[in-house]
Amino acid sequence: MDSVIQVKDLTRRFGKMTAVDKVSMEVEEGDIFGFLGPNGSGKTTLIRMLCGLLHPSSGSGTVLGHDIVKETEAIKRGIGYMSQQFSLYADLSVMENLRFYAGIYGIPRNERKDRIESVIDIVGIGDFRKLLAGNLSGGWKQRLALACALVHQPKLMFLDEPTAGIDPVARRDLWNLLFDLAGQGVTFFVTTHYMDEAERCSHLGYIYYAKLIVYGTPNELKALPDVTPEGTARYEIRVPRVAMAMRHLSDMPYVQDVTIFGDALHVLTEEGAERFLLRDLGQGDFDGAEIRSIPATLEDVFVTLTHKRAKERARA
Amino acid sequence: MPSASPDNKAHTSWLWSNHFKGLVSIMYKESRHILRDPKTLFLMLLVPAAQLTVFGYAIDMDVKNITTYVYNQDGRAESRALIDSFKNSGYFTIKETVRSDDEIIAAIIRGDAKIGLKIPRNYSDRLLTGEHTAFQILIDGSDSTVAMQALNVSNAIALQKSVGLLSTTLGGSARLPVEARPRVLFNPDMRTANFMIPGLAGIILQMITMLLTAFAIVREKETGTLEQLMVTPVSRLGLILGKLLPYGIVGIFETISVLLLMSFLFQVPIAGSLLLLSGFTLIFLFTALGLGLLVSTFAENQIQALQFSFFIILPSVLLSGFIFPQESMPTIIRLIGQAVPVTYFIQILRGIILRNTGFEDLWMHGVVLAGMGMFVLTLATLRFRKNLG
Repeated sequence: MDSVIQVKDLTRRFGKMTAVDKVSMEVEEGDIFGFLGPNGSGKTTLIRMLCGLLHPSSGSGTVLGHDIVKETEAIKRGIGYMSQQFSLYADLSVMENLRFYAGIYGIPRNERKDRIESVIDIVGIGDFRKLLAGNLSGGWKQRLALACALVHQPKLMFLDEPTAGIDPVARRDLWNLLFDLAGQGVTFFVTTHYMDEAERCSHLGYIYYAKLIVYGTPNELKALPDVTPEGTARYEIRVPRVAMAMRHLSDMPYVQDVTIFGDALHVLTEEGAERFLLRDLGQGDFDGAEIRSIPATLEDVFVTLTHKRAKERARA
Repeated sequence: MPSASPDNKAHTSWLWSNHFKGLVSIMYKESRHILRDPKTLFLMLLVPAAQLTVFGYAIDMDVKNITTYVYNQDGRAESRALIDSFKNSGYFTIKETVRSDDEIIAAIIRGDAKIGLKIPRNYSDRLLTGEHTAFQILIDGSDSTVAMQALNVSNAIALQKSVGLLSTTLGGSARLPVEARPRVLFNPDMRTANFMIPGLAGIILQMITMLLTAFAIVREKETGTLEQLMVTPVSRLGLILGKLLPYGIVGIFETISVLLLMSFLFQVPIAGSLLLLSGFTLIFLFTALGLGLLVSTFAENQIQALQFSFFIILPSVLLSGFIFPQESMPTIIRLIGQAVPVTYFIQILRGIILRNTGFEDLWMHGVVLAGMGMFVLTLATLRFRKNLG
């Protein structure tokens, strides 16, 4: 079994609103599949359908080889799920939460202790066994949630914005944990808004207004013709007073897009526009600019694709 | 970590892996919630007792000390004797003596007086000459309980006076030709408490059990843990029963505390079989838990759960015969009252506690209660989907 997730024309409507519109895709074993899209674009609805929480209005699919409509209980035994909000019992201790999930998943009594200790090891929460879950900090809550979702050794994990609202260090640690697990063959389906997290995924999908616009590896996405159309080029410009430089350049006819990246500018221009850039920056009193050609970033990919779709929608 | 595992089934019985999967885990977890939070425990055990105590003392239909204004146009001994009869009955307090009808009416409008007693100018004269005479009672009808009591007692006073006078004129042997000789069989002192408190116990048990159950489930909706449970292989029945059973046990403790209070604080003895009472109470608790579950399937949050509960609590209080006798209700209203489980439980409670009614006379109520319980629980279970929709 290579495809862990396989869906075809998956659609879900709520009344007149279509939350997920004919999504077809495939996720393979060992992938870390990053799923991106603005809020309300249908990410959570899709995950809920894949977990067997929601029935699709039309379309079909399998998860771990089981039909997502008819075999939801079999799916539930094989997957782990971590939702956006903290959904453990705040008034139970770390151990009590773990024991509860071990029991719910029907892990035989004689194996429970070992299983629980093994997930405690994996997420490193051993020091807090007796602490009430509600008293853990954000990062540790997520680790506990991960531990609870791992206790039955799922082959596929759904993580819905697992790092929303936790600090950068905890975020980094959590991702390292995911890489470890992926290395052991667990497949991950992760939604996120963070571009640096998207960069870490082996595969990405981007959903916008219920439609899956693109999916592929990060490099495939960056090389998409839509992102850097023929006859255009991307440059990074290091220049003092970036904000003022941006205003200056955005008026130029050959510049299609300018954004600030830290202390530099990223511009999308007609091909071979370096000399115009240098000339115009000089004229605008922005001396000493350094220009180099750069590939598209994932943010470029998603911003460009979103703008393009938004224009298409506006025209339609 | 991989090379997963779903074949734990071999270790567990088929029963477990199917219908009741997860029951024990959910029950254990739920008991932890209950025992861990002192507020919940307090709400569960003390509030019913406190409610029973407060309401038990407050609900008293024996109206005493009805404030009375007197307008005595006569003023002689006979009229003063009449006023004394009112005073001595214990039901009236003479608050003011006035000099006009208008003052009485004004006092009633102000709320200072509940009744006015007006004795006409020639009251004593006519009595002495053996003529027919009358005194007037003006009653504030806006409080019907008080009005009814005032009416009954003043009629009785008039009757007593008449009989007294007749026996003097006729020489000691006067008797009314027809006389009712009531003997109150149960609750001989006609204490309101005996009548009200068993009913109150039923109402409180239903309310607390239902609300606790509804809250316990809706809270999991609010915190998102229910969604988390739904992606686990826990079975619907395992989840539902696992949540209900611990609250059933709480309900049993509540029943015991309420019955103890009733017997010892309010001195309402249980005349009938304690075993029978326990049996019927279990059936009733099962129905109340089902109602709680049903409410939870409609509510998205605890506020809504409370609002929906009032659809059940209100008819339970007003239409169940707890306060107002069902016999006097219009048919439609009475039918609504009969759709409320607590109606039957109140009849069972009053039967067993006050009249020592036996199983042979109550089993029908039990069957109706059990039927309602099954219906509610089935409906709620069907509505309680293990997916989001």
